[in-house]
Amino acid sequence: MKFKTFAVFVGPSVLMMLLFIAFPLVSVFLQSFQVTQPVYETVEVETCTPGFLEQTCVTEMSSVPKLDEHGEIITTTTFVGLQSYRNVLEPDRAWAAIKAFDWRGLQTIDFWKALRFTLTFTFITLPLVIGTGLAIALAINNAARSVKGPVIFVSLLPFIITPVIGALSINWLFRGDGILTAWLERMLDRDIALFAQAWTIEVLMMIYRVWHVAPFAAIVFYAALQTVNHDSLESALIDGATRWQRLKYIVIPHLMPLIVFVSMIHLMDTYRAFEEIVGFSSQGYVISLQWLTYDFLVPDQAGNRSVSRASASAMLTMIGIAIILVPLLKRTWRDHRRSH
Amino acid sequence: MQAVHRQPLSLKLLSSGFLFFWCIVAAFPIVWITVMSFKSPVDAFDASALNVIFGPQTLADGKGISLLDILAYLGVAIWMGRSIKRTLPGMVMTFADKSGPVWLGWIIGASITGLVVLVVFFALLPTVLGFLNPLVGPLGRDIWGFTTEHYTTVWIDRAFYRNFQNSMIVTAGVVTVSLTVGTLAGYGLARSGSVLAFGILIIALVFRALPPSVLVAGYLPVFINSAELLRPFLGDAAPTLYGKPYAVIAVLVAMNQPFTIWMLRSFFQNIPAELDEAARVDGCNHFQAFRRVIMPVMWPGVITTGLFSFLLAYNDFLVTSLLLDAQNQTMVPAIAGMFNRETTTTDQVVAVAAAVSITAPLIILVMVFQRQIVSGLTAGAVKG
Repeated sequence: MKFKTFAVFVGPSVLMMLLFIAFPLVSVFLQSFQVTQPVYETVEVETCTPGFLEQTCVTEMSSVPKLDEHGEIITTTTFVGLQSYRNVLEPDRAWAAIKAFDWRGLQTIDFWKALRFTLTFTFITLPLVIGTGLAIALAINNAARSVKGPVIFVSLLPFIITPVIGALSINWLFRGDGILTAWLERMLDRDIALFAQAWTIEVLMMIYRVWHVAPFAAIVFYAALQTVNHDSLESALIDGATRWQRLKYIVIPHLMPLIVFVSMIHLMDTYRAFEEIVGFSSQGYVISLQWLTYDFLVPDQAGNRSVSRASASAMLTMIGIAIILVPLLKRTWRDHRRSH
Repeated sequence: MQAVHRQPLSLKLLSSGFLFFWCIVAAFPIVWITVMSFKSPVDAFDASALNVIFGPQTLADGKGISLLDILAYLGVAIWMGRSIKRTLPGMVMTFADKSGPVWLGWIIGASITGLVVLVVFFALLPTVLGFLNPLVGPLGRDIWGFTTEHYTTVWIDRAFYRNFQNSMIVTAGVVTVSLTVGTLAGYGLARSGSVLAFGILIIALVFRALPPSVLVAGYLPVFINSAELLRPFLGDAAPTLYGKPYAVIAVLVAMNQPFTIWMLRSFFQNIPAELDEAARVDGCNHFQAFRRVIMPVMWPGVITTGLFSFLLAYNDFLVTSLLLDAQNQTMVPAIAGMFNRETTTTDQVVAVAAAVSITAPLIILVMVFQRQIVSGLTAGAVKG
């Protein structure tokens, strides 16, 4: 294919990605070193209240935003270096907490709190998703042909449901005296408040995430189970391998590339965890890195968005993404080399 | 595997027991919120499961349905489902033969069917049954607490239809644009073995990993000030992009591009290159070959990719909640607002009804396109 033809085919897509992905990335990078603020001026304001004989007047100096001729607030953008990063990371407080082995103190800083949750969330759910997915795939593979279709249909439901709604629906089962909380209380014979402390909310979020992603893993593994080499299974059987040994030495190695693939996708997606926080409205207890950026971007009561701090937290989030991406890129590169 | 080796009974039981358990876990939250959405608040949040299912309080409030109602609705639903399945494809094909493309036929057919279903279930049946119930004695007495009032509150009083409209605009826009742009790129990438093509794919992979919030942090200041920034180029017609559905469509299309081009590329690689080479030997250039030879055979891949674009746009919360103003709000952010209000239990059940309304189209989607979704999930992976 000639370059010109190639460019025409690929051009629109590349243009969109440049305009809406590459360009914002650069602008986030730049924003993280700048602060845009309204220009304030100090004005003398005389406030008068009616009084007897003559009114009482107070003169105050107050600072108000400067307006331009259209009545809009004038803003300036100044270069502040790493200030926004410092605002997000709060290195002094964090360092003091680390030196004093004060874990709680460290967890009062939003960024470190979010980082702690995001990492535990990612690494605890990973084996659970792979394990559950594998178990479901093996069970579907084992099932009678006639039930496979309906079972796959039901399995797909948690996967395609809107994440926020999925989290909400699990939330509703447990919130207050929700049906499952009531059931747990009856089983354990004690009062349970699942939304009163951080760790129970985290457990619920992990349950939600496994529920949501396990179907994806299961479908991928199930498809791969169809291509397991029957001859090696036969010979293993003749050699007297038990069911467990066959699973361990033939089926799992066959699935290994896909287990790696699903793990990569899962790491990428869980690191971006966000919808759980919205669905469980857990921001008072638990937040994630992406939620932190989101929160900076939502206007506060005065209607201001802290774009610089959002940019700084976004850039810090990207460091983790870069680390996750390295093995994935290596793998793609290796595959590419092999195929050419 | 299963035919050759007999499995012991215990293993079979374990396997099917686990599968049964999983199916319950998978479906339970969705089924349960559906049940809740038809009950009055007291019943919906009752601690006893039986009360939630049968809704004694709802019944006591005089909102229930009789045995006759249940039978009539079920019967009509089954009968309509069957007749739609039997006659609709035929009618679409006849339409396609005479007056237009197949997809248009399906869209018209689906909308007419939807309209008929709405009229029958929400206008015709209630009237007829309201007349019949008093006449049949015990059969017509209310036995099961059931109310659709929360749906009325959501869709009419809270104007959820407007959010639905916005969701449809955004979703339709994203699917159309992203498939048009993505199909061309996917084809180009599949047929070119150049280093550049591989570079684009790798960069797309990096872009796929970016959290959307990172990108939104980049858009927000630009979108809010876009009228000023674009004035030198567009004059006074320069729009403020913040809050505009088309801006969100562009953003979601771009975010979705990496995934779309990877997926479509792998579909196009499965179409033998000899096919378009033959067309080019016969004198077509690349575009004619694409138009005449590839387009007729690419639809399975395009439909599958389209489904995933649909899911992405329909399910999105982060981008739409930050970049759209209240007037153009889509369904998912709207419901989060509804839920966070958290004032009374009535509000909660209304939010539950809204959640079920959002989920219902997705369930229909899986019913119709199960095969395509499964093939899409495995397409990227098995080769990956």
